[in-house]
Amino acid sequence: MTIDYILLTILLLAVIWTVMTIRLIRAVVGLAIVSVIVSIIMFRLSSDLAAVFELSVCAGLISVIFITTISFTSRVSKERLRIRRKERLSKFWALPIIIIAAIIILSRYHPSLNIMLTHAVPEPDVRKVLWNMRHIDLMGQVIILLVGVFGVVVLFKEGRK
Amino acid sequence: MSIGMEQLFWLYSIFVILLFICGTYCILATFNLIRALIGIEILIKAATLLIIVAGYITKNMALAQAIVITLIVIEVVFMVVASGIILGLFRHHNTIDTRKLKDLKG
Amino acid sequence: MLSALILVPFLVIIFLNLPLKGLRKLAFPTAAGLSLLQIIFAAFYPALFWDIQRDFLSTFFNFRFSFDAFSQMMLIAIGLVLFVSLFVARFTILDELKRFYFVNLLLLAFIGMNATVMMQDLFSLYLFLEVTAIASFIMISIHKDKLGLEGAFKYLLLSAFATVLMLSSIALMLLFSPSLNFAVIKAVVMGSPGSFIIKLSIGLFLCGLLIKSGLFPFHWWLPDAYSAAPSAASVFLAGIVTKTVGVYVLMRLFISFFGYVGYLQQVLMFIGALSIITGALLAMAQSDFKRMLAYSSISQVGYIILATGCATPLAFAAAAFHLFNHANFKSLLFVNAACVEKRLGTTNMQEMGGLGAKMPVTSITSIIAMLSTAGIPPFSGFWSKFLIVLALYAAGNYFYAGLALLASILTLAYLLTLQRKVFFGQLKAGLEGIREVGPGLITPQVVLALVIIFVGIFFPVVLHNFILPLQNIFIK
Repeated sequence: MTIDYILLTILLLAVIWTVMTIRLIRAVVGLAIVSVIVSIIMFRLSSDLAAVFELSVCAGLISVIFITTISFTSRVSKERLRIRRKERLSKFWALPIIIIAAIIILSRYHPSLNIMLTHAVPEPDVRKVLWNMRHIDLMGQVIILLVGVFGVVVLFKEGRK
Repeated sequence: MSIGMEQLFWLYSIFVILLFICGTYCILATFNLIRALIGIEILIKAATLLIIVAGYITKNMALAQAIVITLIVIEVVFMVVASGIILGLFRHHNTIDTRKLKDLKG
Repeated sequence: MLSALILVPFLVIIFLNLPLKGLRKLAFPTAAGLSLLQIIFAAFYPALFWDIQRDFLSTFFNFRFSFDAFSQMMLIAIGLVLFVSLFVARFTILDELKRFYFVNLLLLAFIGMNATVMMQDLFSLYLFLEVTAIASFIMISIHKDKLGLEGAFKYLLLSAFATVLMLSSIALMLLFSPSLNFAVIKAVVMGSPGSFIIKLSIGLFLCGLLIKSGLFPFHWWLPDAYSAAPSAASVFLAGIVTKTVGVYVLMRLFISFFGYVGYLQQVLMFIGALSIITGALLAMAQSDFKRMLAYSSISQVGYIILATGCATPLAFAAAAFHLFNHANFKSLLFVNAACVEKRLGTTNMQEMGGLGAKMPVTSITSIIAMLSTAGIPPFSGFWSKFLIVLALYAAGNYFYAGLALLASILTLAYLLTLQRKVFFGQLKAGLEGIREVGPGLITPQVVLALVIIFVGIFFPVVLHNFILPLQNIFIK
């Protein structure tokens, strides 16, 4: 249990740092760290396939996408950084306070959740479930990747005048 | 259902709720569109964690993992399209500060 | 053969994108033919009850689709609006390459919506909802103009919120149900009615769906998205996308497993009534053609939700019928806006006036659509509104029935304002050279107007073939 506590605390700290940091690149790095920690937690909860997927796609691909977008769109000078630092402190000081308040409120509250264990024994293997029972999900993934391809073609190409 | 599992679930739920709060705060309190996307990402990660934990407790890992794998694919495509839109906005206005993007009245 | 509704458009898209010469010109006729095929197929498919169809493809693909009268009606509506949007896209998007990509995106959203209305599993439903939503974002921003991109981003942000709410709800549902099939969840929900987790998950999913349908209080993304989108995307978006991914899913889930607990009914009716009033009042204050139509959409969808909350078979059938009619007349109004925009270059109503003489077909069809929206006999809108008020009255909700009647007067008011400003009145200076739009844009208007008229006049046929089966779906 202590490992759970440690991992979750590191996760929370990483998320707070991601939200509050001033430079955008550091926020993206923070997001990658959050993905890695979520992946480790998922691995501990015996979902190895999903953990590997999360690690490779979210901590890798999405960070690359973000960094590409940032490199195309941001031009930060020292002047802007100073202004941002002032703004950031004035606006984001509320977040740690809200988090601490939420922790205190939530840890006092112990609902009895009444979670019923299900009667049917489900299929234990992910691969079998995904490939035998959820064909429509796979079809949907193919279609959404096709939508993504069209999105890239439409949105990322510079128009020829 | 054992007390240990319920405590575990409540522990994870607290942190998931905290993540939701952080993500929503990030979206609401920023003037930068890319940070709004990072906020959306944090929210989706919190939902992913909740799905995995729920699957772990009811021993339904197969379904939970199948859901998460599909969800990650959806997330990637969503981020790509959102980045494309932000790029287009930047090419027009030369800025992605929402205070300067007030063309549409709510 | 239900899988064909998904696989055939998919193969068509792959075929159209092969690197062969001359395939780009085939895109429009192929897609139009596909939509007509869907309308014919759905209209004549014999199915009344919710059951699983086995077809030969099931040896390879284990697609579990289901089909009942509600899905049938939605498939006809989807095919019809796709047909109309294709024509509008063909004649308003002038760049050939962009038009090709737009048709492809329309087909992808078409696949998404077909799968949504036939699905029996909650997560797959969500997956195809996302397919449709992401295709819509790209369609709105296809011209990459300032307004389009901004509207797309606002829609994207709210849609992401709705996504997260729905995902959390699915996660909570994993806690009490071994599978996400509708029948299984229904059995669990019926088995233990008072559980906190069940109520929480249903509430979260409902909030996500309310955001996606654009109901009060989450309606503020809708006018921006509808008015900023290019005309063809507006027609498609307002006509069917919001209705399928928001309102249809809400109604389907309510009869599948949400169940009509007492306070849920009251909440739905309240939200519906508020949407009607807010939409109608805000519509009167608009000076942009498409924004007024967007607020009018909010108002009409409020009618549908009000009837859904009323929880009787007649109310459900009336709500579903009004959904179909709304897809019709709202698409027609948006096509009219597209024609006006094509000729005038603007949608600002202050600059319009007296177009009735110059654009006769557009003007007549817009009058037909307007009368149907306001609920004037003998058009189709009259029947659906009449059934809604009747159902509300029969269930004892006299206040809401009276509200629905009064709101019809508001609807008539703002639509008459629209007509007066745009089509009647004095011809504004500088508009003398306006001609009617070409036959390509007249066709969709005439088609939709004919559907409105026929559904209105042949209402007994519609009643027998479509509305009574809809009532049978409503098993409480």
